[in-house]
Amino acid sequence: MTARGAGIAAGALVALGAVIFAAFAIGRYPVAPADLVALLWSKVTGAPHGVPATVETVVFGVRGPRVLAALVVGAALAAAGAAYQSLFRNPLVSPDILGVSAGAAVGAVLGIFLSLGVLAIQGLAFAFGLGAVALVYFTAAAVRGHDPVLVLVLAGVVVGALLGAVVALLKYLADPYNQLPAITFWLLGSLAATNRDDFVAAAPLVLAALVPLWLLRWRINLLSLGDEEARALGVETGRTRVAVIACATLMTAAAVSIAGIVGWVGLLIPHFARLLVGPDFARLLPTAVVLGAAFLLGVDTLARTAARIEIPLGVLTAFVGTPLFLWQLAAARRSWQ
Amino acid sequence: MRLEARDLAFGYPGHPVGRGVTLAFAAGEVVCLLGPNGGGKTTFFKTVLGLLPAQGGAVYVDGADLATLPRAAVARRLSYVPQAHAGYFPFTVRDVVLMGRTAHLGVFAAPSRHDRAVADEAIARMGLDALAQSEYTRISGGERQLALIARALAQEGRIVVMDEPTASLDFGNQVRVLEQVRALAAGGIGVVMSTHDPDQAFLCADRVALFHRGTLLCADAPERAVTADHLRLVYGVEVRIETVADGAGGVRRVCVPRVADAR
Repeated sequence: MTARGAGIAAGALVALGAVIFAAFAIGRYPVAPADLVALLWSKVTGAPHGVPATVETVVFGVRGPRVLAALVVGAALAAAGAAYQSLFRNPLVSPDILGVSAGAAVGAVLGIFLSLGVLAIQGLAFAFGLGAVALVYFTAAAVRGHDPVLVLVLAGVVVGALLGAVVALLKYLADPYNQLPAITFWLLGSLAATNRDDFVAAAPLVLAALVPLWLLRWRINLLSLGDEEARALGVETGRTRVAVIACATLMTAAAVSIAGIVGWVGLLIPHFARLLVGPDFARLLPTAVVLGAAFLLGVDTLARTAARIEIPLGVLTAFVGTPLFLWQLAAARRSWQ
Repeated sequence: MRLEARDLAFGYPGHPVGRGVTLAFAAGEVVCLLGPNGGGKTTFFKTVLGLLPAQGGAVYVDGADLATLPRAAVARRLSYVPQAHAGYFPFTVRDVVLMGRTAHLGVFAAPSRHDRAVADEAIARMGLDALAQSEYTRISGGERQLALIARALAQEGRIVVMDEPTASLDFGNQVRVLEQVRALAAGGIGVVMSTHDPDQAFLCADRVALFHRGTLLCADAPERAVTADHLRLVYGVEVRIETVADGAGGVRRVCVPRVADAR
């Protein structure tokens, strides 16, 4: 690793640490930094801390699960975005490109429409997210004689549009007093209702999907050359592509099913990470994971503290993300010419 | 090492491009493919490399049917130099050349120290040392072409298939690429290249394969394949074949086209 690379890695980790610290400290019930350090220290060592029980509850019971969920969701969306951008050799691709978010939306909205419980809604969102991508994949696989990557994108657009229509229909049919607000709220994305179980369910899935992506890091670089060239260089592109799509979809579906639709993270963060460390996936993936986790936790902290009422997460990522993106567009064109 | 097309038909389902091509290439020789635009040279290459399925006949690598070989096994034998493109992400020239090592790596492996050494050697051979850390997307077309040839060298295929390696290059870079082609053949590597310039066949080819309307018109030594009659048939233009002194005591053939209303 070069000195510059080490500097960037250290900077990203310090930023992540600072955001985590701030997320624990800031809120309607501020926690003094000294108390926070004492609590974390006692958590590690088991020593008594002498901090009031209320503070302990706020840190570990209220903010802890939400912080962990934000970290997982941010990391998952950014990693999936990085994988999809390499796969589709396009730096402006987001994790929704194959319809995972649209599918998850149908699942969640259907769950709300049928007045199911929280767990069932999350399960439906997860299952429909995976199902939508499977539908896109098999539709594309049935089309032969064209560039397989292009066909995938087109199939993703078409299936996404269809699923969008299903969501619109369900919203139209939903009870406008109880169900419609819940649907709207879910579609805007939020971590306000996350608890420990959400983290426990999502984290292993995200981790399980990150490992193969890391192992395939060199082949993912080759996928970004295009199908024919990658095959000429010895890559079985079909298999590699399935593995990458499966992993990116699994982690996106896990993230979306606990957080709802949170846009911009999966598009912006990998793009930003590529500007920092270059396109080599071996460096891009860890950078995107750290920056994605830090970004989403930062935005979520803002979402719950910036105003009297909680601002929907998806709205805020767009508010924060678009200016950042436009600034990047103007400042640095080198990663996508 | 022998690459063989037997009665090969190539193209796309419902859109045949060529048929009946029987042609063999061996390590250590340079074969030039000549033919008009849209004549199917690129499609033929992609089929011979197994990137497109054969529409009839078959391709054999050392006697083994190409269609039955895993991609990595093909890539260890056959290197491919596509027409230079701009690239999509700003990988460094060194990373692009390193990608040539992929066929020698396990599925989950990243390039080792040995792979980096092989890539650096290929970069040095193409005279690209100064550009190794430059972004591939930012270097000139000629430099990209040299980088892709370096990648093919790092791939260590015994036969290198080059699709119009001199297209869009300036005069100096064209000559440099042809010199590298001869150097590869001298090192025991076979080169199969397509070109639009029959003079290049005289400069560097051991054999010339002429494509005409999707079939192989002839495959022979340059002086027998590149004739006025053949060029008139293939390209529809009048050409004289002349000999000039090559400056080293011998003679060399050149094509002189007749241009209507020439000065």
